[in-house]
Amino acid sequence: MAVSTGQVKAAGGAARGSRRDSPGRLRRSIATHWYAWAMIAPVLIVMAALIGWPLVRGLYLSLTDATEANIGRTIGVNVIPATYEFVGLDNYLQILTSSVFWDKLLWTVVWTAACVVLHYGIGLGLAVMLNRKLRFRSLYRVLLILPWAVPAFVAAFIWRYLYNSDYGVINGFLKMAGLTGVGWLDDPTTAKIAVIAVNVWIGVPFMMVALLGGLQSIPAELYEAAEVDGAGPWQRFRAITLPGLRQVSTTVVLLGTIWTFNMFPIIFLVTRGGPGSETEILVTYAFREAFTGIRNYSGSAAWGVIILAMLVVMAVGYRRTLRSQGDPW
Amino acid sequence: MVSTTTRPRVSTTTRPRGERGPLASVALHAGLLLAVAISLFPVVWLVLTSLKPRDSWLSAELQLFNNSSLDNYVRVLTGTEFPQWLLNSVLTAGLTMVLGVFLAATTGYAVSRFRFPGHRSVMWLLLITQMFPVAILIVPLYNLMAGLGLLNQIPGLVIAYMTIAVPFCAWMMKSYFDTVPVEIDQAGMVDGLTPFGVFWRVVLPLARPGIAVTAFYCFMTAWGEVGYATVFMSQEDKRTLGVGLQQFIGQHWSDWGLMTASAVLIAIPAGVVFLLVQRHLITGLTAGATKA
Repeated sequence: MAVSTGQVKAAGGAARGSRRDSPGRLRRSIATHWYAWAMIAPVLIVMAALIGWPLVRGLYLSLTDATEANIGRTIGVNVIPATYEFVGLDNYLQILTSSVFWDKLLWTVVWTAACVVLHYGIGLGLAVMLNRKLRFRSLYRVLLILPWAVPAFVAAFIWRYLYNSDYGVINGFLKMAGLTGVGWLDDPTTAKIAVIAVNVWIGVPFMMVALLGGLQSIPAELYEAAEVDGAGPWQRFRAITLPGLRQVSTTVVLLGTIWTFNMFPIIFLVTRGGPGSETEILVTYAFREAFTGIRNYSGSAAWGVIILAMLVVMAVGYRRTLRSQGDPW
Repeated sequence: MVSTTTRPRVSTTTRPRGERGPLASVALHAGLLLAVAISLFPVVWLVLTSLKPRDSWLSAELQLFNNSSLDNYVRVLTGTEFPQWLLNSVLTAGLTMVLGVFLAATTGYAVSRFRFPGHRSVMWLLLITQMFPVAILIVPLYNLMAGLGLLNQIPGLVIAYMTIAVPFCAWMMKSYFDTVPVEIDQAGMVDGLTPFGVFWRVVLPLARPGIAVTAFYCFMTAWGEVGYATVFMSQEDKRTLGVGLQQFIGQHWSDWGLMTASAVLIAIPAGVVFLLVQRHLITGLTAGATKA
């Protein structure tokens, strides 16, 4: 554990050192900065132990054929040795050539894009509305943030009840309006719409709060000046509000994308991936792979590595785009 | 829901700034009311359902009230393991909150104040940890926990939650500390405090709103997590709420009465914490933009 944090520090120091290249630079750097490092150390150690190590281990497992049946175990006093073998990239080849993977990937991308766009759009709309002078403003705000206080698993269960085709309230409304009920979670298309709706319901408050904070940091003088110059509302929105929100937006959109891509409880609990495995996104599929039937540890690790790789590529690309546009990331 | 995004626009050609016509006001309130209705409806329905007897939550008819009683609550509290789960959850979430706030604050402060080599990579490292899917970590983490004897132990689960909560909280605390003027630190140093002393006695008290948000976030993370808890806490008496609750909703049979009543009981502590910190949520989340 300590070793890997040491590497992080050394890597930082070495990068600096090589650029300026003077002996004793590293030592002086340690003398000046040990305080900062000491304050970060606990987090880095915990992270290294609980994320770094499992990550390395997961990477290794993904290159083997480990399953529940052949992984080493200790039952009482009997030690069963592990019999799984190194199989190289077989797991990856198997996944990348299967149609399941591409289906799931497509749906995961659609799911992420739909959720993030709706989160951001609705969140921004509500934040702009709340940022105006109006009566009951703080009451509206509290009520609108409320879904955030509902734990995700509770929300998932509530919505399952609302969606229930026999006694769910949504079908109840439809029937009251003279329409026939819909088997929301029984049909692939409606099930997909249903899970997106649940996730939007849960995720909008966060976006709204973040963007509202961003809006409040835009100086009112800018708007006044623009108005004096004859800018209309839409122009003001485009020229002042959106650029003013840039800093906040870039962060929340990136975080939102990552979170949604990896959003586990909603799909796991609302549809259980069904009907069939239609609403299963990559993460829930990999989880199911690892923990149902004969637990396929190596397969699920390989899925995990692929998911991680995609996210890292995306984040790096995002960061590079931002940098090229002059953002201080 | 999409309709809530329509922003009522004001024509300000003749009106002074900050005022709008009655029509725009109506549209604004209508939009917000619609959004409030959507955000509240599931919660309200949950509470109503929890008060209904069995044949009522299984009926297709829509009724707000039907023989309202607290029977479901009594059943949950006396006939199930719910109190035990609740205790486990409270312990887990509480510990996660305390430790998470402390770790996030020190990290955030160090990154915000000290320009040490690698401070930027630390922030990126933390962001990247957010990307790790549960699926890749969970098996090795399970083995690690088993090796350390931390399975079915609350501290084990707390440590696992740290890895989820702390990175994001450190980001929040960092941006909050960025808004506290550096001159305050310097004044503290002049008065002879150590860097840690400045942090602990001067800056931390000023950052209370940020801490409130961080605490809320940590608490909610632990309170609502399901994946890790399902796998790590297999023992009957160690289950947390998220794990236990799944028992009420089976594949073929669901007791929505038990389910909704316990959901209300779970949402209450979260709601209380939420109400306590919501005043600070906006200030804290986006770096105290409203602070003078």
